[in-house]
Amino acid sequence: MRYILSTIILLVIGTVLVMMVSEMPEFGAADNPSNNMVSERFTENVIEDTNVQNIIAAIITDYRAFDTIGETTVLFTGIASVLTVLGAHVKAGEKKDVIKKDEKH
Amino acid sequence: MKNTNNVVLQTVVKIMIPFIQVYGIFIIMNGHLSPGGGFAGGTILGSSLILYSLAYGVKKGIERFPRNHAKVLESAGGIVFISIGLLTMLRGGNFLSNNLFPGLGETGKLLSGGIIFPITLAIGIKVASTIVTLFYHLLEEKKI
Repeated sequence: MRYILSTIILLVIGTVLVMMVSEMPEFGAADNPSNNMVSERFTENVIEDTNVQNIIAAIITDYRAFDTIGETTVLFTGIASVLTVLGAHVKAGEKKDVIKKDEKH
Repeated sequence: MKNTNNVVLQTVVKIMIPFIQVYGIFIIMNGHLSPGGGFAGGTILGSSLILYSLAYGVKKGIERFPRNHAKVLESAGGIVFISIGLLTMLRGGNFLSNNLFPGLGETGKLLSGGIIFPITLAIGIKVASTIVTLFYHLLEEKKI
């Protein structure tokens, strides 16, 4: 029963998604919503703004550098939680202890 | 963890690691000239250290790149990034506006792009140490 129910729900969701994809504009067409003044400004003014050849680097570390700070904060938060959860038995500065444990095994 | 029959693996890894690390540093430092950047190059650098740990054992890997160094480098990457932003505010612009250096440099040269080059370096160091720390800790958890 649960199997049939989940299949029906998946089919309904899949139908909605396929309908949405078929409504999407063509890839790379000139009148796409993504071809607006923002991307035009980036591609045309990147050399005089930043003197950088790689537009992606200019966007992620100059125009959108605040967003990249968010990304590095996500990395920092992730590694801090991993250190908290998995590294609870390893106190800071006790690397000799860890090496001894390695030798036992 | 005893390494007895790993002579071929260890020799190949010993030859390959310098090239992998030079390639990673190249990708980080040329992030504003060619495809690449801090995240991709940092991943390559970190995976070279993971490769060393896989071939020689975690004990030697931790000896080569201690856990505390990884933690310090990781925090330093973020601090460098944010302090570059604060320095640009001191020079009268917005947060992370590209006015830290008097000129932007010549297009196509290594030292061009203003703050993009130091920010990419900081991101690369941070990503590399993050990956290595994650690997050490996941492996440690499995053994104990």
